[in-house]
Amino acid sequence: MTRLPEVTPPPFEPPYPTTEARFAPSDVVRVKKGAAPGHMRTPWYLRGHVGRVERICGGFGNPEELAYHRDGLPARPLYRVRFTMAEVWGNRAERPADTIDAEIFEHWLEAADAP
Amino acid sequence: MGTDSDQGRRWHDMGGRDAGEIARGEHDHALWEKRVDALMRIASARGYFTVDCLRRVLEDMPPDSFETMTYYERWIYSITQNLIETGAFTIEQLNARMEEVAARGPTYGEAQGIGEREAGE
Repeated sequence: MTRLPEVTPPPFEPPYPTTEARFAPSDVVRVKKGAAPGHMRTPWYLRGHVGRVERICGGFGNPEELAYHRDGLPARPLYRVRFTMAEVWGNRAERPADTIDAEIFEHWLEAADAP
Repeated sequence: MGTDSDQGRRWHDMGGRDAGEIARGEHDHALWEKRVDALMRIASARGYFTVDCLRRVLEDMPPDSFETMTYYERWIYSITQNLIETGAFTIEQLNARMEEVAARGPTYGEAQGIGEREAGE
């Protein structure tokens, strides 16, 4: 059973200014396993899981710095990444083929090979 | 899967944990809650802090705050902390004003000074 979702990349450019996005829609990516004592936006339950880039949302200030009154610049590419429930929850998934989208910054993603 | 350590996971990052019973009832917002929401919007529009700063203080609160305080009680705690951090007012000024407000009376209406304002108009 594949644990990667199908994606249909949106037929438009990112609605916010974006520079040098490392990943493109349909790319397979893995969420890094970092942690921080402070503010971060990458949810714990997605650590190490593999999904596909559904779209590039645009470039946004880094919330890990904005949270401490810094300017968060330069803006970081933000992606909407789609995961299957089977990938995220394993045997606990009630509907394994359903998907969940999460918006994740580029510095929390790494390239992954399709299984 | 399932063997991944939770070391480093912070209390607020609770996605995927058992939630227990979910309260699905609708509820209205009290006036003070709407004012807290408005205060957040005004303070961020004026550049005092961002939603990220709001979240950071909420996350740094002790785990039991999620159980013992309501949503907007936690918000006003965070907004106040952020306004102190960015110099909108000092702790001394805040405490002086809180005493002044408390001295107006025990009810929300009295604390707002509504009676006084109406009497003066």
